[in-house]
Amino acid sequence: MIRLEHVSKVFTSRGQVVKAVDDVSLEVGAGELVVLIGPSGSGKTTTMRMINRLEVPTSGRIIVDGRDVQEMDVVALRRRIGYVIQQGGLFPHFTVADNVAVVPRLLGWPRAKRRQRAYELLELVGLPPDQFADRYPRQLSGGQQQRVGVARALAADPPIVLMDEPFGAVDPITRKQLQRELRRIQSEVRKTIVFVTHDIGEAFLLADRIVLMSEGRVVQDATPADLLRRPADAFVTEFIGEDRGLRALQYTRLEELAGPAPAGQSPNGVVLPGALSVLEAAREVGKFENATGDGFWVSDDAGRPVGYLTYLQFVALLGETIAPEDTSGKEPAHAVSA
Amino acid sequence: MQYLRDNPDRVLELTEQHVRLVASSILIAMLIGIPIGILVTRVRWLETPVIGAFGMLYTVPSLALFVILLRYTGIGQTTVIVALVLYSLLAIVRNTIAGLDSVPPAMIDAAQGMGMTGLQRLFWVELPLALPVILAGVRLATVAAVGIATIGAVIGAGGLGRLIFDGMRSLDTDRIIAGALVASLLALAADWGLAALGNLLRRDVGVLSKG
Repeated sequence: MIRLEHVSKVFTSRGQVVKAVDDVSLEVGAGELVVLIGPSGSGKTTTMRMINRLEVPTSGRIIVDGRDVQEMDVVALRRRIGYVIQQGGLFPHFTVADNVAVVPRLLGWPRAKRRQRAYELLELVGLPPDQFADRYPRQLSGGQQQRVGVARALAADPPIVLMDEPFGAVDPITRKQLQRELRRIQSEVRKTIVFVTHDIGEAFLLADRIVLMSEGRVVQDATPADLLRRPADAFVTEFIGEDRGLRALQYTRLEELAGPAPAGQSPNGVVLPGALSVLEAAREVGKFENATGDGFWVSDDAGRPVGYLTYLQFVALLGETIAPEDTSGKEPAHAVSA
Repeated sequence: MQYLRDNPDRVLELTEQHVRLVASSILIAMLIGIPIGILVTRVRWLETPVIGAFGMLYTVPSLALFVILLRYTGIGQTTVIVALVLYSLLAIVRNTIAGLDSVPPAMIDAAQGMGMTGLQRLFWVELPLALPVILAGVRLATVAAVGIATIGAVIGAGGLGRLIFDGMRSLDTDRIIAGALVASLLALAADWGLAALGNLLRRDVGVLSKG
């Protein structure tokens, strides 16, 4: 879907040459959510902005859908790539519905269709359209503005969405909520998403794959589980956090551990969302003292039960998560499935 | 006050002339000045020479400017309108530039990233967001033009200046006061009206009042 081939970007400011992005190659598959993460100045935002040509690479190629972006019409390219920026970037003089419908309007959709689409999307991001469509951005909370920002990026149903620290400016509780919402939305719409953040917790919650950058280079490109278990070097370890066992509990998602749902059984008893971290799940399990059954169900972002874990398996997996080396050589309690 | 009471029709007629002079000048100045302001924000090196030129024009005393223009545009309203346009350009151009510069970079970024063309960005995003600041420039220019236009009566442009200059010739203080008073009221009304419009826009746009 998106492929970067040896992409570099050099800025010159006041006679000083700065290599913002240094020979980066990476691929983002269709329907994949890839998080670019790194400290400020690591080149993650510049890397993302080159995909929709807000920055022009100094060297290298970027291929979207098999075509070099430099050879595409820039306006057409951008209209089929959704774009979410920090603090929503909503136009203050447009109503919420008009903000959402900007790209459809650019594409010349008729008014009624635009309106209908805006309503659908507000519904999708959890803002009742009857209540929100005709408000102005300043009448919304920061979290609500971010939701509108996400709706706006999805309006013309673009196959690709770029998100530049979209939840960076809201309070932690709202951020967590928005992250969960994004997971739910992604499970419904399955876009190819490039997501820039400097929040490692956010990366672990959202990413199918994490690309960790430093000083313009890719340090490690791995799934969240691999990044935790096999950090490439000391920088990665430090970035994840020193206490690896605790980090693993915080960042490993329940859905990564749960076995397949037993056939023929209807879910009853305890159901936990797969997006919970193992640590959160452990806390939740403790609350169900009187639950019957030998385990609990794990649901996906739409609330459908998709997996099952016995308490015994869960405890074993807790141990494995904290210290994977200890279980090496032994058979895992059951096949781990995503 | 006596003159006002005795000649309401005459005063009204001159007021109307005055308003028409000022309004057409400001309108023309906007039609010229706003595009120049936009151009300057695109071709940045133009800023110093453009602002410098209009700044210099602004310092020429109005009576002198009228006389200089007389040679080209003759006696009457045209000369006054040309002069008022030249005076108004400074405030309008400068505020257009300031207004466009005040558009948050995030807005430009969002507009570009969503695939707006340069013109769409200008008309959908930049100009609407710059409007309150541009309007403040228009307001400044309008108030000044109401005053300067009174001098236009010297070269036969009519307007409230007629009362003042006729009064000077006939040593009729009452008439001078009537002209000056109505002109001041007109300036105040223009100031207040445009300020109210600006506040309305500002509230609607919400750019300057919040974030």
